[in-house]
Amino acid sequence: MNVATVIINVFALISLIIAFVKDGTKTKQAIMIALKSFVRILPMVVAIVIFIGLLLSFVPKYVISRVIGEQAGFKGILIVAILGAILHIPSLISFPLASSLLEGGASITAVAVFITTLTMIGVVTLPIEIKELGKKMALLRNGMSFIIAIVIGLIMGWIL
Amino acid sequence: MKQRKDLTRDLTFLGFVSIVAIVLLSIFPGRRAAVITTSWEFLVEMISILPAVMVLIGIFAVFVPKDLVVRYLGKDAGIRGIFLAIIMGALPTGPLYIAFPIASALLKKGARISNIVVFLSAWSCIKIPQELVELEFLGFRFMLARLTLTVIFVIVMSLAIERIVERWDCYEGREG
Repeated sequence: MNVATVIINVFALISLIIAFVKDGTKTKQAIMIALKSFVRILPMVVAIVIFIGLLLSFVPKYVISRVIGEQAGFKGILIVAILGAILHIPSLISFPLASSLLEGGASITAVAVFITTLTMIGVVTLPIEIKELGKKMALLRNGMSFIIAIVIGLIMGWIL
Repeated sequence: MKQRKDLTRDLTFLGFVSIVAIVLLSIFPGRRAAVITTSWEFLVEMISILPAVMVLIGIFAVFVPKDLVVRYLGKDAGIRGIFLAIIMGALPTGPLYIAFPIASALLKKGARISNIVVFLSAWSCIKIPQELVELEFLGFRFMLARLTLTVIFVIVMSLAIERIVERWDCYEGREG
């Protein structure tokens, strides 16, 4: 067990105790929601965990690092940025995937760009965004997010 | 309706990955141990934090009133408005498509465009439970660096979008 795991669980436990002291019925409702969300996300968790196992055991490190590693150059970054923008993976699950890619030879820049476009840009949700906020704002937000995701990734690769 | 469709999609993906795994591992039995060890390690790590993350999401869903965001994210301009927008967006309150109607309501109420863009961006990528999972899997330095850079660039982007949209509206107003 690492420090982060302990911090997260202690934080949740303290929040739960405070919530329970404040309002028991509401807290029971909260636990039911937590339970449902947990069961709901399980299929995706198991699927991504199997995917990670296959990825790290079957795809050699040099292949991953040639496509999205330090030597891959800007083309590799562009590929992950586009993948992140198109794919519709829950953000909670994208982090273990990102960490496995890092382990498998991807660069910090590529991983940071991937997570950032994955969370900020939604090609799947774009129609809803256009409907609610108008074409101008939706397209500007997604387009500019794509650019800042790459800038953030480049700076991350430079400082870390 | 949408939820059921999403669940079907997830189960289909799980089925697909499982079949690929079974086929690959029966062709290459030598890799079985490696795949199982790696998958197991990641599964244990996920399971050791997910319940806590879900509990936090549940608590916020029940205790934080739904109109809180609309109530607090009005016309408040400047640093205070941006700061509030980040905090409101970062609260653990569900997927991005829930945020669009809220943003639309804010827009109609006259909130600043920059605040709304910051709010949407914070909602999508600065969520508290999300940061906790990032901390777990990618470490403190990675999480902190990405969080700081994201906040800075999201603010810059939101101000740029506000200027562009207002300028466009201004032109259209003159022509129409």
